[in-house]
Amino acid sequence: MKRKVSLRVNGEEREGWAEDRMLLVHFLRDELNLTGTHIGCDTGHCGACTVLLDGKSVKSCMVLAVQAQGRKVETIEGLEREGKLHPLQEAFREHHGLQCGYCTPGMILSSLYLLRHNPSPSEEEIRRAISGNLCRCTGYVNIVKAVRAASERMATRVEAPSTEETG
Amino acid sequence: MTPAASGEAPAVPHRLIGARVPLVDASLKVTGRAEYTDDLRRPNLLVGRILKSVHPHARIRKIDVTEARKVPGVAAVLTGDRYPRTFGVLPMTHDETALAVDRVRYIGEGVVAVAAVDEETCERAFARIRVEYEPLPVYDDPKVSRNPVAVKIHERALRDTNLQKEVFQHFGDLPGAWRAAAHSVRVSARYAGVTHAFTEPHAVLAEYSPDGRLTVWSATQVPHYLHRALSEVLDLPMHRIRVIKPEVGGGFGGKSDPFPHEIACAALAMETGRPVKIVFDRDDVFYTNHGRHPTWNTVGIAADALGRFTALDVEALLDGGAWSSFGTVTTYYNGVLAMGPYQFPNFRYHGARAYTNHPPSGAMRAHGGTNIRYSVEVAVDMLAEEMGWDPTELRLRNFLPPHSTTVNEFRITSNSVRQCLLAARERSGWREKFRALPYGQGIGIACGFYISGSNSPIHFTPKFPQCTVHLKVDMDGGVTVHCGAADIGQGSKTILAQVVGEVLGIPLDRIRIAAVDSDTAPIDIGSYSSRVTFMMGNAAKRAAEDLRRQLVQAASDLTGYARESLECGGDRIYVRHRPQVGVSFLEAVHRAMEHTGALHASGSYESAPMGGTFKGARAGTAPAYSFSAYAAEVEVDVETGFVRVRKVWAGFDCGRPLNPQSVEGQIEGSIHMGLGQLLSESLNYRGPRLMNPSLLDYKIVMPQDMPEVECLLVGEDDPEGPFGAKEAGEGPLIPVLPAVGNALYDALGVRFLDLPITPDKVLRALEEKERREGRLSKPAPPAVMPVPAGGTDHAPR
Repeated sequence: MKRKVSLRVNGEEREGWAEDRMLLVHFLRDELNLTGTHIGCDTGHCGACTVLLDGKSVKSCMVLAVQAQGRKVETIEGLEREGKLHPLQEAFREHHGLQCGYCTPGMILSSLYLLRHNPSPSEEEIRRAISGNLCRCTGYVNIVKAVRAASERMATRVEAPSTEETG
Repeated sequence: MTPAASGEAPAVPHRLIGARVPLVDASLKVTGRAEYTDDLRRPNLLVGRILKSVHPHARIRKIDVTEARKVPGVAAVLTGDRYPRTFGVLPMTHDETALAVDRVRYIGEGVVAVAAVDEETCERAFARIRVEYEPLPVYDDPKVSRNPVAVKIHERALRDTNLQKEVFQHFGDLPGAWRAAAHSVRVSARYAGVTHAFTEPHAVLAEYSPDGRLTVWSATQVPHYLHRALSEVLDLPMHRIRVIKPEVGGGFGGKSDPFPHEIACAALAMETGRPVKIVFDRDDVFYTNHGRHPTWNTVGIAADALGRFTALDVEALLDGGAWSSFGTVTTYYNGVLAMGPYQFPNFRYHGARAYTNHPPSGAMRAHGGTNIRYSVEVAVDMLAEEMGWDPTELRLRNFLPPHSTTVNEFRITSNSVRQCLLAARERSGWREKFRALPYGQGIGIACGFYISGSNSPIHFTPKFPQCTVHLKVDMDGGVTVHCGAADIGQGSKTILAQVVGEVLGIPLDRIRIAAVDSDTAPIDIGSYSSRVTFMMGNAAKRAAEDLRRQLVQAASDLTGYARESLECGGDRIYVRHRPQVGVSFLEAVHRAMEHTGALHASGSYESAPMGGTFKGARAGTAPAYSFSAYAAEVEVDVETGFVRVRKVWAGFDCGRPLNPQSVEGQIEGSIHMGLGQLLSESLNYRGPRLMNPSLLDYKIVMPQDMPEVECLLVGEDDPEGPFGAKEAGEGPLIPVLPAVGNALYDALGVRFLDLPITPDKVLRALEEKERREGRLSKPAPPAVMPVPAGGTDHAPR
């Protein structure tokens, strides 16, 4: 049986239909057409589907759509502001923190979670924060560089408010 | 024709070539807007799923799909007998079918394909399919497969065995050289199978329209080979098939075959008249495999009293799994790629690849060059120790010089392996560290080389260029690049834009890359064999030079200055000695379009004939080779057996790096993948059954375990590469495994010859060493240490 699921995605009220067993990632992709959140395994191992649920980073293949009822979800589509890339997005682009780009949205969301809670992380802390996100292209070298660069950039200016604060 | 002849020495420094340009599609990728195959939506879309074999080897007595067809929501049920024609990436070894025909050969092989309104309906249909299997003898060990067998896995297997391919090569007089040798070593090593573990699972979308045209979107490295396979198996002319490659989430060789699921998906679309999409689960990806072959090899090296290598003797046995895939090439590569970067006057190789009932092995990054290189570099290290030499000195004494020929007739052109080694040795502090660090810590060094594009296109008749590029100029001066080369994340679209922008002197935002759509793109044979930058780069450069000639003519007409005095740059065409005189790029475009309304140009690349005349002579020949030497420093926890790689100094010769940021990214990613194979990755089989088809149990290197990497790009311009460039996509993987393997010997005094070197193996080896020797101690330092930084007392031969 399908149920109606209403939730706040990137600051916007959205609703769609979900079978009880439908995963949040499939709901985002197939019901809401937000295909920026990728699926690499749907068993919680790769982190490609990472989103923020009520501000906490989760693997959206490990959450049922119905569990997100009434909650707040942030995805990669919500990071740009007025056509401007988020400092993390800008840093991943500039520092070559991606190649194939498939892990990138999840990687950026995990990094965003880190920087919101720890605005100037050490290299060790960055590596731990992204250890649930597999990347097979970069050896993580430039991802770590990008996160550090973004943290520096965000420290020197007021961070763009999260979707929750503006939404 | 020498490619270098078409280029002119730039009068102004390069602007885009050599620049650290971000990927041209990075903005799309960081915003989630890049479209991968699974992101594509079509109206009335069906979901396709494939029912897989649970038997490793069995005859199919009967498949009953009657009840499955009746399930509401099922649109089509397809079995192997509908399209039984065999295919495969190599024309000589077609042994795959879209779905199993009469027999299954590995657990995970596709048997029935279903298209339905959703995934659950497909699963309901599967539950109603009855397949009667008659089990056959299972072959899970290539050592058994090479002997006479009761049942051949494929009829085309050699003689009465299950061997798919056997290679014998002998150059010079190996037995004679061996007898005369002052020093010799022999090393036998074993390599578990590893797989690509790209992050995007295989995905394909197919649609058949009422006008009789088939469109296939697929996550593929080889759109053109897919195009051919679809045409052959489905019996449709190529002009009625359109293949589109959306963004691809990594390939590493794992998407470089035309695949059964791609053909099955197209067949379902034809059957239903509706678009059908098949997206693999992660375990499907593992069963599809086509990864690096499980390998057993033996390497013997002999040297004379002066430390000159006199002979190389190689044997390799490969577990090919159920299909041929690239296996014939792999079998050759495991021998012929053993030789460089050293000079060996005598060489013998015996290689064999066996069919087994494992998922197929295939091409994986640094295909055929990785496992054998580990054995060779460990053997060189052992030889140095036996001789009392520093291993860097022994290597320096034996390098192939630039512009030389190997005993098996490889043409070597640019070669900076010496500079790679000297740079890695100096930057790593080799002299202070080798055999001198405390027990449990060590430093190692190893070299490598790799083809910069296979000289032989897979389909060589009729004779087409390996790559062609078209440029089309818009009214507003925008340039669209039509190209068939598949960007799979390595950044080939960016290289295309840099090359075209450099030649025309225009900014990157004027350039739009249209790749890959077979309706508009000329042929490129695919992203494999590290060929794209070299071949596509040359084709793009020639196309842009053709366009530049037309524009310079137009500018000459407008300014009255001779063509020879004009220069392209800064979005203008101007007089070299009076830069203020000139026309804008757009003015030249408009002039060139007068009375035609069109402005376009093409360029292509076709490599020169090369290689000897003996059987298999073309295998491993390439228009250029990358060279490398890495030093690695390790630290082993002798209590837990855990290996930490502290730092890798990566000396790499890719000629001129067109985009150093991108080259470094390739090196860092290669080191990640190579360390995985060395330390933790392994496809674990129990008999024919794969025990770890998930990213939890198949352990790639975590962010915390990556070493620091220092890239040392020391190459000189290659005479034939575009702007002097060579490959950097695969070669960088090769030396990291033996560099760390040799560092482990320096740290522990133990040779590890069974990959991956997991902590349990390290502990077992240490226990054994202690039992045997009574204590744990480092190997003795060599008598011959290198001379101080920068120099060597051994000149090239």
